[in-house]
Amino acid sequence: MNIDFSTSIPIYLQIIEEFKRQIVTGELRPGDKIPSQRDLATQIKVNANTVQRAYREMETMGLVETLRGQGTFVSQNQGLVEETRIEMVTNLVDEFVRAVQALGLSREAALDLVKNRFSELEAKKEVRDR
Amino acid sequence: MSKAIQALQIRNLRKKYSKVEALKGVDLTLPQGEIWALLGPNGSGKSTLLKCVVGLVKADGGEIEIFGDSPSRRRKGQIAFVPEVENLYRWMTVRQAVDFTAAFYADWDGARVAGLLEFMGLDQNKKVSSLSKGMRARLKLVLALARKAPLLLLDEPFSGIDPASRDRIVEGIVRQFKSEEQSMIISTHAVGDTEQLFDGVVFLDEGTINLQGNAEDLRNQYGKSINDLFKEVFA
Repeated sequence: MNIDFSTSIPIYLQIIEEFKRQIVTGELRPGDKIPSQRDLATQIKVNANTVQRAYREMETMGLVETLRGQGTFVSQNQGLVEETRIEMVTNLVDEFVRAVQALGLSREAALDLVKNRFSELEAKKEVRDR
Repeated sequence: MSKAIQALQIRNLRKKYSKVEALKGVDLTLPQGEIWALLGPNGSGKSTLLKCVVGLVKADGGEIEIFGDSPSRRRKGQIAFVPEVENLYRWMTVRQAVDFTAAFYADWDGARVAGLLEFMGLDQNKKVSSLSKGMRARLKLVLALARKAPLLLLDEPFSGIDPASRDRIVEGIVRQFKSEEQSMIISTHAVGDTEQLFDGVVFLDEGTINLQGNAEDLRNQYGKSINDLFKEVFA
């Protein structure tokens, strides 16, 4: 795992976000083993207590499970990937909506813009992928 | 409910050098199992504070409790203190410096030493005098980490050393620090890129603490890195 830390946001939250991202993109699959707390701490050079806090939160959230003596694993829980994806996208959408409101664009205009951008960016991607 | 025993509890600590008030009533709590940064510019009282805890400087007033006890000869043996000044004999080899230090401490863990030296890139046969400042800083840290002391106090371990040595020292601490049995204070006048190492921070300015707390809570509360907070507090 490689985290480019912004130190103005709590580090344990950034660790959780990185695991969520990996779960949503499929880099980590349900049942996969994740690094031990100490290994991750050493790898990203972060205080082990911070990593412990991230793991504890992820357990509470149901993202991972720790099996005594075996390690920590991504939850097998059905729907975890989809739920996490929706949650992460919702956060982005919330940010977008607030920014649009602050800039004074109407809901209709913003939604039209979103549709147009989707079409344009997808067209560009198709050209690039060809 | 029993009150949690703190690694270090300091109340109203005061120290005056002739006319200069180095510590003006400092209160500090270091929870067990955590690594705290003692931050402040040069001359803010960091070294004096650490030396009072070790017993190298006698405070004028206030209380110090180490794991719930007042300082005693026995308690002092539980502290590993790495001073900022050069404390290594330059004519010794790395191996000799290790053996020499080992002879002083009952809690020396010889089994750890070889791995630590290798990790730090230190050649046992080299003379201390031939080592760069960064390498000597690494050796000082090895000598402290080789002890099983429950309280480690490092005074300015990152001061004036190269970035590669600083990275190694940060990683060495992350690897070796056992939160189940150790607590640590690291003083520094520049947080820089070491802030991910700390559970908590204390800002000391001219003998007074003007901010202290859990590092993650402070980031959350101020939306700033510890480094930026540091710059703001001491602007």
